[in-house]
Amino acid sequence: MSIAPRKPPLQFALRLKRALGGKTGWNGLAAQIAFAAILAWIAYEIVANARTNLETQHIASGFGFLNYNAGFDVNQSLIAYNNSDTYWRVFFVGLLNTILVSVIGIVFATVIGFVVALCRLSPNWLLSRIGGIYVEIVRNLPVLFQILFWYLAVLAALPAPRQSISIFSTFFLNNRGLIVPQPVSEPGLYPFLAALAVGIVVALGLRHHARRALFQRGQMIRIWPYVLGCLVGLPLVSMLMFGWPLKFELPQLKGFNFAGGARVIPEFVALTVALSTYTAAFIAEIVRAGVMSVHKGQMEAGSSLGLSRAATLRLIVVPQAMRVIVPPLTSQYLNLTKNSSLAVAIGYPDLVSVFAGTAVSQTGQAIEIIAMTMGVYLLLSLATSALMSVYGWRINRSMAA
Amino acid sequence: MTDLSAPSFVRQDLVAERAAPAKTTGFIGFVRTRLLNSPGNILLTILGLLLAWYIVVPTIKFLLVDAVWAGKDRTACLAEKAGHEVGACWPYIAAKLTQLIYGFYPEAQRWRVNLTYGLGAALLLPLLMPRLPAKGINSGLFFFAFPVVAFFLLHGGGIAGFGVSWTAGVLQLFEQSVGGAGDLLVNLSKSSAIAPLPWALGKVLVLVGFLIHWLIFPLTWLRDQLQLSSLPVWGDFLVTAVIVSAVLFVLGGGMRTGRRALVGSLLTFAGIAVGIKLMGLDRGGFPIVDTRLWGGLLVTLVIAITGIVASMPIGIALALGRRSSIPLIRIFSIAFIEFWRGVPLITVLFFATYMLPLFVPGNFAVDGLLRALIGVAIFTGAYMAEVIRGGLAAVARGQAEAASALGLSWWKTTSLIVLPQALRYVIPGIVNSFISLFKDTSLVSIVALFDLLGSLRASFSDPNWSTPTTAFTGFAFAGMIYFVFCFGMSRYSLFVEHRLNAHRRH
Repeated sequence: MSIAPRKPPLQFALRLKRALGGKTGWNGLAAQIAFAAILAWIAYEIVANARTNLETQHIASGFGFLNYNAGFDVNQSLIAYNNSDTYWRVFFVGLLNTILVSVIGIVFATVIGFVVALCRLSPNWLLSRIGGIYVEIVRNLPVLFQILFWYLAVLAALPAPRQSISIFSTFFLNNRGLIVPQPVSEPGLYPFLAALAVGIVVALGLRHHARRALFQRGQMIRIWPYVLGCLVGLPLVSMLMFGWPLKFELPQLKGFNFAGGARVIPEFVALTVALSTYTAAFIAEIVRAGVMSVHKGQMEAGSSLGLSRAATLRLIVVPQAMRVIVPPLTSQYLNLTKNSSLAVAIGYPDLVSVFAGTAVSQTGQAIEIIAMTMGVYLLLSLATSALMSVYGWRINRSMAA
Repeated sequence: MTDLSAPSFVRQDLVAERAAPAKTTGFIGFVRTRLLNSPGNILLTILGLLLAWYIVVPTIKFLLVDAVWAGKDRTACLAEKAGHEVGACWPYIAAKLTQLIYGFYPEAQRWRVNLTYGLGAALLLPLLMPRLPAKGINSGLFFFAFPVVAFFLLHGGGIAGFGVSWTAGVLQLFEQSVGGAGDLLVNLSKSSAIAPLPWALGKVLVLVGFLIHWLIFPLTWLRDQLQLSSLPVWGDFLVTAVIVSAVLFVLGGGMRTGRRALVGSLLTFAGIAVGIKLMGLDRGGFPIVDTRLWGGLLVTLVIAITGIVASMPIGIALALGRRSSIPLIRIFSIAFIEFWRGVPLITVLFFATYMLPLFVPGNFAVDGLLRALIGVAIFTGAYMAEVIRGGLAAVARGQAEAASALGLSWWKTTSLIVLPQALRYVIPGIVNSFISLFKDTSLVSIVALFDLLGSLRASFSDPNWSTPTTAFTGFAFAGMIYFVFCFGMSRYSLFVEHRLNAHRRH
């Protein structure tokens, strides 16, 4: 007589029900079908209406327009561009300008944000109050307000080129923007860059080696002289061998304007200043919360183990604070990038301004252009959130280990 | 052993007094410990003082000391005329104040705006004070009645029908759309390789459309009869009130327990009737003020309040959808939320301004303000969904389990047990969303609406008031308005958070 346990019934219907309707079963399936029908209806209405409207307004559709001539000028572009280039090129010019202002804004915002956070955390009452007031004022004013304030009030109030505000006679600030020395590449540039790259790679390798030695064999290796040698020495050697990598062409006042030097357009200055100071206020709060989230006992435990204050900060406090800081910090970086689209208000030629603004009004193909613009930002934010989930997964794994 | 008999030493004179320890309390102590306790700190204090000096003094000088307080036009605010360095030009603000607050809203009708502000404040303030009772009625009035009343007050115009007419109209639109889709498919099948499939589907849709037509025939017939009568609005209102009250009475439990629902419904309809009568909606209402004339703080507040009110149901629906176990609804909610959260608001506004008009039938001219409102509502709804989802996650699982153990359905569990608790947890989050929405309303100035910032920018181009300090004065004034609103709300949010966490304090 067999006593093998009876196999459980297959319960095919139950599984099907689960897969189709979730926990709610057949009701859920019915809800889904109704929902799909409504969505299909709305989609049908949208497509049908859009088709009739485009026909009555004589607007072309499709992405063919991207190969047409744009026929308008852009006052700042990182790649060669003139008004006989295609809309594709306009798209990339705008995209690169968005990336430029975002990257520079992120750098400044991080620096200002960390400085303000240190002020707020300082035991000095006055300094922490000043930090607090900065955060409160900047956070409670709209970012567009601040962009317009810098552009229409502050930069417009600057003097004409002849009375420029000079900073060490190298930077000149006037109502036409910021005149900076123009870097001109010399023959020594490429060897210099190559030497720098080699130096960075070697330094990273050394760091990796030292960490392995520390964690696996408990051996402390002093690497900083070698790292310094690689990072400073190698480029120096290249400079000695091949000459200066860059020459700076200083701006000089000639007549009513400046000759030489590069001009940073005022729109860019206003946008960068406004975005970085605005985001810095949020970053300061994030950093402060991160540092305060590390328990006081951690610092005490570090010093009772005989670590110096700097070593405790570097090895114990900062890694734990970073764990709290990094995810919201990334979302602030993303916010800054998204806020850079406000450039359209002051005419800085970013993606939204030249592509979703000028190009739409010229071609009228709003659906394609706005979908492309939204797609770029969407891709960016999805990539960021994917990166953040990888980060979170790694943190969880290292916490569990 | 020591000699015990030796006389012990007894000190004759008092020990000299030690100096008192450094004072650590009071003002002096505070200065000593928090400002000047080390050389580094002294340096920082000096630095801070310098910084404050160079920011605070010029600001006060600009706003108050050097300011011009009276004048008729720009000449009053010029340095040559005033005879000293000129700071803020306040007469410019005084001249532009109505434009900054009402836009170009006709002067004779401004009392309507003021009345709306007053009504809103009267409903909102009690809602914000946790101590006051009747939160249910109050929030119902604020979230449902107030937007409708505000629309008729601000925009004007009347109504031609009521519930019956509107329902009949919407259903007729649906019927036409289904029939149209069927016809289109049947036509398409003539030129298609897989002709039978679209043909069959098209025929089915046409049949469905036909069925709907006859199903809603009583309703359309009733509407036509009502519209022919001498008092269409009141007749329609009466019929709607009777039908809705009867349905609620039956659903509420009939003779056994339905009285409460009946009384509530009748009271609501009585309130609506009073509203219609007071605003004369049946006789055309107030004169219509086109939204192009609206501007300034009015537009800012209209967009912010409509945005937050409209985003609540969207957010709740999306948050529940994202937690649902039904695959299609969950996937749709996630995609919807992540899409709108992933794009900047300005592209959403562009979408609403340029794309949305293409998506509706050509004979519907969508108003510019309404387009922006739709964009803002969708955008804020997606953010609100994430806030509310946080609140839903904070409600202990046992609550929903206990409710289903008591035999409550999913709808009852959600609406009576889970949501009320979740919404209480997220009040600070909702207020924070409102703050960022309030700040973000300034973006509508980019799509040619004149909110506070847009009106301010427009006022700069007035040659009558173009002086070197006009821009600074305008920004100072608008900045104060924005700051007062946002800072006040953020303090309120902190207060609520503190109150909600009261049980956790030691």
